Amino acid sequence: MLELKDICFEKEHKKILDHINLTFDPKRFYVMTGPNGSGKSTLVKIIMGIEKPDSGQILFHGKDITHLSLDERARLGFGYAFQQPVTFKGITVFDLLKLAVNQDLDKEEAMEILMRVGITSRHYLEREVNHSLSGGELKRIEIATVLARKPLVSIFDEPEAGIDLWSFQSLIDVFQQIESTSKGMTLVISHQERILNIADQIILLEDGKIKEVGNRDKMMPLILNHSKKMEVD
Amino acid sequence: MQETDKSLLEQIGASDIETSEVYNIRKNGKCIGRKTNPYIDILSKEDGKGIDVHVKDNTLFGMVHIPVIVTESGFTESVYNDFYIGKNSNVIIIAGCGIHNDHHKNATHNGIHRFYLEENAKVKYVEKHYGEGTGSGDKILNPVTEIYMKKGSMMTMDTVQIKGVDSTNRETFAKLDDDTSLVVQEKVLTSNKQFSKTNFKVKLKGKNASTHITSRSVATDSSYQEFHSNIIGKNACYAHVECDAIIKDQGKVKAIPEVYAKHVDANLIHEAAIGKIAGEQLLKLMSLGFTEKEAEEVIIKGFLK
Repeated sequence: MLELKDICFEKEHKKILDHINLTFDPKRFYVMTGPNGSGKSTLVKIIMGIEKPDSGQILFHGKDITHLSLDERARLGFGYAFQQPVTFKGITVFDLLKLAVNQDLDKEEAMEILMRVGITSRHYLEREVNHSLSGGELKRIEIATVLARKPLVSIFDEPEAGIDLWSFQSLIDVFQQIESTSKGMTLVISHQERILNIADQIILLEDGKIKEVGNRDKMMPLILNHSKKMEVD
Repeated sequence: MQETDKSLLEQIGASDIETSEVYNIRKNGKCIGRKTNPYIDILSKEDGKGIDVHVKDNTLFGMVHIPVIVTESGFTESVYNDFYIGKNSNVIIIAGCGIHNDHHKNATHNGIHRFYLEENAKVKYVEKHYGEGTGSGDKILNPVTEIYMKKGSMMTMDTVQIKGVDSTNRETFAKLDDDTSLVVQEKVLTSNKQFSKTNFKVKLKGKNASTHITSRSVATDSSYQEFHSNIIGKNACYAHVECDAIIKDQGKVKAIPEVYAKHVDANLIHEAAIGKIAGEQLLKLMSLGFTEKEAEEVIIKGFLK
């Protein structure tokens, strides 16, 4: 359903992405991993339309979307959870969920969405989406805004970054649930073994190139060896 | 009442005023409607330039509407309204000024409001400003608010100026005795070549006096805003002043904080943040399907909510 053809991207004369070719199938759960600076975040930003590639093509159901903007892709059914959740002044959790679904939502429906990310108390609806919420809470709300839209393509950039151990446990549950129920495809950037273990396919990126793609059984030993080797180096 | 009057009243949040229990409507310098009850009285000042509102001791759940509308181009007035809030009473006062000016002369309203809160009195004061009209004459509003708070009293003041006022010079002065609390929330949006200046001066005289002032403003086009605050702590007291502004286009905002602690236990904080809309906020909303322009509107609407 989604195809990346020969994607290249440079920043300040440094090659960040070097001829990336990837194909994503519907209903599958992909996890992309690789060392820091390997180009993972840039690649998902290019898929979402936040960055533009220098060359290459992005096809969605066979249609070239390379030149579509971020909001145009969002309207096509792309969803993106930011690594650093964005905060707002004067916008409540309820407001943000209504904006995410772009229609009127009653409180029950909003709570159903929040329950999916492990938020069960109604008083969160009236809280402002600012730093009075903890990092873990902001992260879950960020994920909820993506789930609320029921995207065809859901992208999560390092959902585990900046959250505590307790929040991490419930995050795993959230992703397990996405893996088993989502009708679209999901792409998660993660370094966590427990998230890698949910994946149908794992993509290993290194120095802006696809090092290897495959299922868990093939990829997990490779990744563990790879990270050990990196530690020795 | 004419259609323009009704629409102006609606814009300043007084559309259903005639159903309220206590009110005074002033139009082009004259009282065009008044109602009082046994607990809250409204008396005209002898020179006709304003009213005295008396709230009896222990009055609970009182609500007073005192809107002002100006529809004559070239009209200038200064109005002095005094509010005497009795001990232990709890009232809401809703004021506002709407100006409709279809002509070339300026229309000006200077409202001077003085609040005298007796011991343990509680007041919520809401003020909304609005200007409209197709004429080239400016719509000018210069509100002055003075607040005198006796022991144990509390006041919150919400002021909103969202649209159409060409020039505003707002002065607020407050003096707080022991165990008092003053909360001010100001919201201003200016556009075109509008000018808005706000000056807060708060004297925290009593022990445990506290104030929290929040100003949120948006300056668009080539409008200009200035925010001054001057907080003096003379006792064991607390103050938090927050000035938050979004600038767009050629909008300009200047914030000048002054905090003066005259007592070792005075704790005075001032924060000011001015900047354009954060890029990541735009990106987040665009990732939810909004165009950049729609995203900007959502952010500003939320910010001034």
